[in-house]
Amino acid sequence: MITVASLTRAQLGERLAGPGIHLRTGRFTTLLRSPIGGVADGIHLLYGDYPLHEGFADFHLDLVRPATLRRWLRPQVSLLYDGRSMFKPLPLDQAFPMFEWGLNWCVSSRANRYLIVHAAVVEKGGRAAILPAPPGSGKSTLCAALVGRGGWRLLSDELTLLRLDDGMLHPLPRPISLKNASIGVIRDYVPGSVMSRAVTDTVKGTVAHVRAPADSVARAVETALPAWVVFPRFEAGAAITAEPMPRAETFMQLAQNCFNYSLLGAEGFTALVGLVERSQGYRFRYGVLDEALAFFDSLPAVS
Amino acid sequence: MKHDRLAPLLAGALRVPEELPALDEAGWDLLLRQAGAANLLATLACLLEERGLLDRIAGPAREQLDWARVLARRHRQGVLWEVRLIRQALAEPGLPLILLKGAAYTVTGLPSAHGRLYSDIDVLVPEERLGETEAALMLAGWAGTHHDAYDQRYYREWMHELPPMRHLRRLSMIDVHHAILPKTAAMRPDPALLRAAAVPVPGMPGLHVLAPVDMVLHSAVHLFSDGEFNNALRDLFDIHRLLCHFGNDRRFWVELLPRARRLELERPLFYALRYGAMFLGTPVPEAVRAEVAGPSPGLLVLMDGLFRRALLPDHASCGDRFSPLARFLLYLRGNWLRMPPLLLARHLFHKAFLSPRKSGPEAA
Repeated sequence: MITVASLTRAQLGERLAGPGIHLRTGRFTTLLRSPIGGVADGIHLLYGDYPLHEGFADFHLDLVRPATLRRWLRPQVSLLYDGRSMFKPLPLDQAFPMFEWGLNWCVSSRANRYLIVHAAVVEKGGRAAILPAPPGSGKSTLCAALVGRGGWRLLSDELTLLRLDDGMLHPLPRPISLKNASIGVIRDYVPGSVMSRAVTDTVKGTVAHVRAPADSVARAVETALPAWVVFPRFEAGAAITAEPMPRAETFMQLAQNCFNYSLLGAEGFTALVGLVERSQGYRFRYGVLDEALAFFDSLPAVS
Repeated sequence: MKHDRLAPLLAGALRVPEELPALDEAGWDLLLRQAGAANLLATLACLLEERGLLDRIAGPAREQLDWARVLARRHRQGVLWEVRLIRQALAEPGLPLILLKGAAYTVTGLPSAHGRLYSDIDVLVPEERLGETEAALMLAGWAGTHHDAYDQRYYREWMHELPPMRHLRRLSMIDVHHAILPKTAAMRPDPALLRAAAVPVPGMPGLHVLAPVDMVLHSAVHLFSDGEFNNALRDLFDIHRLLCHFGNDRRFWVELLPRARRLELERPLFYALRYGAMFLGTPVPEAVRAEVAGPSPGLLVLMDGLFRRALLPDHASCGDRFSPLARFLLYLRGNWLRMPPLLLARHLFHKAFLSPRKSGPEAA
């Protein structure tokens, strides 16, 4: 199997600027092309373990510099989905984050054989914990700590894919997106974590991406059984609390975090009921990562 | 299936889906992108499903088709629900309701509905009851979208429809028509004739759709008199499927041409039959083909050059260097057909120089 790491940075840059690479993440293949150095840097740094595939691509993405007069003053980057621009251009510096967001958009707006929850999902011993959360609740920080130091496997930091036919969680291990203060927190808490250059002034503030653990990438076809749904909330200095949630409330909160719940109709409802029946929900507040990790290791098995 | 820029993979796929299981991965990659650009991905999926071929499609391509089928299923549910609510809104004041195009195909379960995705529901009501219809829809939560005074005048004085209405909560769109062509157009098919021939929808009291011949003619005039070709191949495929479906009945072919003449729509019918046959192999009886009047041979050469490009998906793999020009000329032609030259000049001037200063994205 050929991986991105088999190419030098220079070769990767050439391939990206020319025919592109068929980058395989989980079960999706993206034909990515871009002459922008920041994109090649990000791919080289964070996607070394990912296979390169030939032939069919699920998504065709180009990151290009729009040919407007503005390019001389304030250079920009545009994301093209099969030749069409789907979003407003961003400052050129945000090219790599734009790839990450664009790929999330591709999956969440198209892959309708899964119920897709906006949530991180990690696994240990075959059982998975889902961490849904609105932005700013400390979901990604917790996720990065769990997979960086807690011995959990990363299924995904953003998109929990629930297979409609068997209720299993399908991995989509990709870089973990950290924002603002979390960047420093994880840099200190997970020594040796590989992180992309922090990009400032994005719509989400300052962002940086952490490389997914090699083991999680290697196990990208191994599904997991849902067992816990933990709604995290970070509060500086707060003592840890974990309040079990009634099933109905877990259901409603999860549904609100789904991208395609109403699109899937009855099928989505049934899948989500199955997930909630198999899982225990918690409303979880934490202030210290060590304590949070200890809580996750103490999660009782659900039958 | 070889790839020719003016006869793309997608046209062949719609014509002979039976050959698709033999397509390789690179072929699927291109075909699905062309289908996506043409808004025909779900249609392609449904076509394969109807023929029992889905299981024979290569894994990753099959999965993309499955994604699209989910959209089509949800779309159908959504349309049936909206139609029910529109019907409810208009039932109490006793307003007649005829559905046009996509929504008509969906409620009658025509093959043209399978996998067809569209963004608004088109209805036809008598012009003298337009005000009542608008009021009833507003009471049920739909509101007009174009608030600019010029746009209001454009729609209400010159067009064949009200400014599009959007539901305040569900965001669904309705286009309320009182005719199928603008008041300013040279061709004036009498809407009273269309309404008189409309047929009830079984199981949905009070709901009507156009008669089969009228449905085809409306679809043809919409495609070949408009200047927008974003969904052109989809619309041509609609006509193809309508003709294949209704064409089983011999009376349909007997009625089609006389009806086209009566409604002054023979020219669009000519184009529909010609390009349907050219791209999709639409079966047309020889007698009809020989009788229907087209443009002069010289003009036909020009129109072939334009339509053969504009009917293709707007995708990098389709068309040639003349395609953008063809689309632009047909855009001008579409406006020309909609309005007399002076009015058109004024309208295009307003849209080009005056509207952008005030509004922007909602321009008509």
